[in-house]
Amino acid sequence: MTESPYRPASGIVEMIGITKRFGDVLANDRLDFSAQWGEVHALLGENGAGKTTLMSILSGLYRADAGQVRLRGNPAQIHSPRDAIEHGIGMVHQHFMLIKPFTVAENMVFGLKSPREPWLDLDGVAERVAELSNRYGLAVNPRARIQDLSVGAQQRVEIIKALYRGADILVLDEPTSVLTPQEAEELFKILRELAGQSHTVIFITHKLDEVIAVADRITVLRDGRRIATVGKAETDKADLARMMVGREVLFRLEKSSTTPGPEILAIKDLWAHGADGRPALRGLSFSLRAGEILGVAGVDGNGQGELAQVIMGTRRATAGHIYLDGKEVTHASPKERLMLGVGYIPEDRNAVGLIGSFSVGENTILNTHFSPPYARGIMLDRRAMVADAERLIREFDVKTAGHGERAARLSGGNLQKLVLAREVHRDPRALIAAQPTRGLDVGATEYVRRRLLEQRERGRAILLISADLEEVLTLSDRILVVYEGAMTGLLDAKDVEIGKLGLMMAGTKQPVAIH
Amino acid sequence: MIEFLTGAVFVGFLASTIRLAVPLIFASLGEVFTQRSGILNLGLEGIMLIGSFIGFTAANLSGNLWVGVLAGMLSGLMIAIVIAVFDVTLGADQTIVGIMIVIAAQGLVTYLNNVIYKGGYVPPRIGGFTPIRIPLLADIPVIGDTFFNQNILVYIAFLLVPLFAVVLFKTTWGLRVRGVGEDPRSADAMGVNVFRTRYLALLFGGMMAGLGGAFLTLGYLGTFNDNITAGRGWIAIALVYFGQWNPYRVLAGALLFGGVNALQLRLQAQGANLPFQFMLMLPYVLTILVLIGISREGRGPAALCVPYRREVRT
Repeated sequence: MTESPYRPASGIVEMIGITKRFGDVLANDRLDFSAQWGEVHALLGENGAGKTTLMSILSGLYRADAGQVRLRGNPAQIHSPRDAIEHGIGMVHQHFMLIKPFTVAENMVFGLKSPREPWLDLDGVAERVAELSNRYGLAVNPRARIQDLSVGAQQRVEIIKALYRGADILVLDEPTSVLTPQEAEELFKILRELAGQSHTVIFITHKLDEVIAVADRITVLRDGRRIATVGKAETDKADLARMMVGREVLFRLEKSSTTPGPEILAIKDLWAHGADGRPALRGLSFSLRAGEILGVAGVDGNGQGELAQVIMGTRRATAGHIYLDGKEVTHASPKERLMLGVGYIPEDRNAVGLIGSFSVGENTILNTHFSPPYARGIMLDRRAMVADAERLIREFDVKTAGHGERAARLSGGNLQKLVLAREVHRDPRALIAAQPTRGLDVGATEYVRRRLLEQRERGRAILLISADLEEVLTLSDRILVVYEGAMTGLLDAKDVEIGKLGLMMAGTKQPVAIH
Repeated sequence: MIEFLTGAVFVGFLASTIRLAVPLIFASLGEVFTQRSGILNLGLEGIMLIGSFIGFTAANLSGNLWVGVLAGMLSGLMIAIVIAVFDVTLGADQTIVGIMIVIAAQGLVTYLNNVIYKGGYVPPRIGGFTPIRIPLLADIPVIGDTFFNQNILVYIAFLLVPLFAVVLFKTTWGLRVRGVGEDPRSADAMGVNVFRTRYLALLFGGMMAGLGGAFLTLGYLGTFNDNITAGRGWIAIALVYFGQWNPYRVLAGALLFGGVNALQLRLQAQGANLPFQFMLMLPYVLTILVLIGISREGRGPAALCVPYRREVRT
């Protein structure tokens, strides 16, 4: 072992001329990438830039259409995840590759030969896990079931799993997207520790602050191509952003000051179960006023999804009340709520927001088709539909071949614009926006955010549910922090301390400052 | 009452319960493995039917019962290969494939029965497996004649239950099967060959269903007749849900079904005041009722019935 983390001449991972196509999409276009021994190397790019595809090729999940992989100076054939593991490559995916009903120990040895073949040796495994835990500061109980662990703990299990399998090249895909700021700090410490103990860490991200915080070198990808590889000392945030997006990026959106109007939506002591039958909302109360954006901050999976569903009526409230303009709608049907003026941008636009096999035009009237001008008696007036659809396509800059194109063929950003267009067109008094920019590129994200701010200025009440903390901070007037379905804080967006916010997201209750 | 409990009638009832449960035990145990790997093999009824026919015919031709048993298992294996190509390799809809297999098997067996045994004739009888008395144990009152005076296949069926439970829960192979059925994408990322594991589980399940079918002709009736399985393949699938994918609970379900079946046979024989068709319905109705009660709480393998494809982006 050598002490120095740098050995410039020895690219431990070299990927040369990698090309990968998915149907019509060229995800990787003759990409070159190399990482060195003992470094933390950030792979930076927007959604769809090809980062995950490139690393999935390295970890054997995908096969490259063309190109070569060299490891430790030798050509390597990686045809399956098993090959990758044998070459010492461990990948921590964005969606954890853990078997949820299994214990930590079972996940460690899943797919491996046991020293006591054919019998499992779970006690031996537990010892080895404890050893790795201690060595790298990764706290984890080997006998716990994955489904009972917090997201942060599951991520630690993933890292230990890779190490357990002998990985010295560790790839992490957007590892902080599920973490609180404090947990992210912890993770960075662990990554530095790993690099210090002669592991190579490749770290996929689109967040510039993280790159600056933890990386030694950075490779920037855009549209499937490599733009540059630079050392951290030679660059800065603005520079990286320009390379990543391909143009100058504004880090701030213009937000006018508005005075909130009357209360539109009121939630009182709301309880609801999640899909697993356990309470997902535990007595949530808040009010949403005209002309404000109330942001809901929290680590993903703390009741945000259920909150949107309960407000829309697609999930039953087990207790509590929902008022719209002072009228109780707790037990109203989703259609009644829509008619009363609630707009909804659902978290999963593909499954809930749109019908992929319907045309773009048909999708614009999914929740208005039963009323004029689209309905005339029992008949559908397609001409009215087409006229409005074409106007919306123009107005919201939806890139599509026309109103007759199947919605499934649109890209994520354009689908989201379509949902947004439909909901805004109905001119709702309250708009529930759940993860409105998830998976969108920078351009579409900016567009959606600007439209939301526009709705706010028009006096609409907006509930913004987002796992993107930065989004919540930039758009919101007030921020509701949730943890395990209960409120841990309600803050004025003007004076938020990130540290305090992070603590609240991790479950530390703070006195409610404003009402 | 006491007289009844110790009487020959009662012992006969218990012994019959056991024998009626055996084909279900074989088929359900195999299906537990198949479903644990994430594949729903709805073709059991067809496989059992083929297994019973092929097993019977092979035994008839060779004059050796064990050749019959092996032929029955092998025929199940062959059909399972066809199912596996559709379900695992091609990622087809498992429900459609299963139903297709059942219909095809029923047609094929009716045809072969006509060709080989000239349809209308009562097919020739062969001597089935004969009971083996286990010394000492068979002398225990009631229990002895119930459990320890059965044929060899019955003993094998009961020994397989704990064996399969151990394989499923205590070995690396069992862990792989269960993991693949819970989350094939993760399993793949952890270096487990999802396709091979599912193939093996499915082929194994097919073999067991073939064995279950062969038992019907070779270990129970000693003869073959059209529709000999009479829906047992479907019941075997239901029992897997009833048993919550656990071999011991599946055994309990098979015994329950066997018991009700044995009971209705005896009621019929005693000339109860009900049309025999209603008696025949009894075990099936009971299965449905029990399933409704139980399956509401159940949680099967998360990826059951979901085909796995590698490079599909999610």
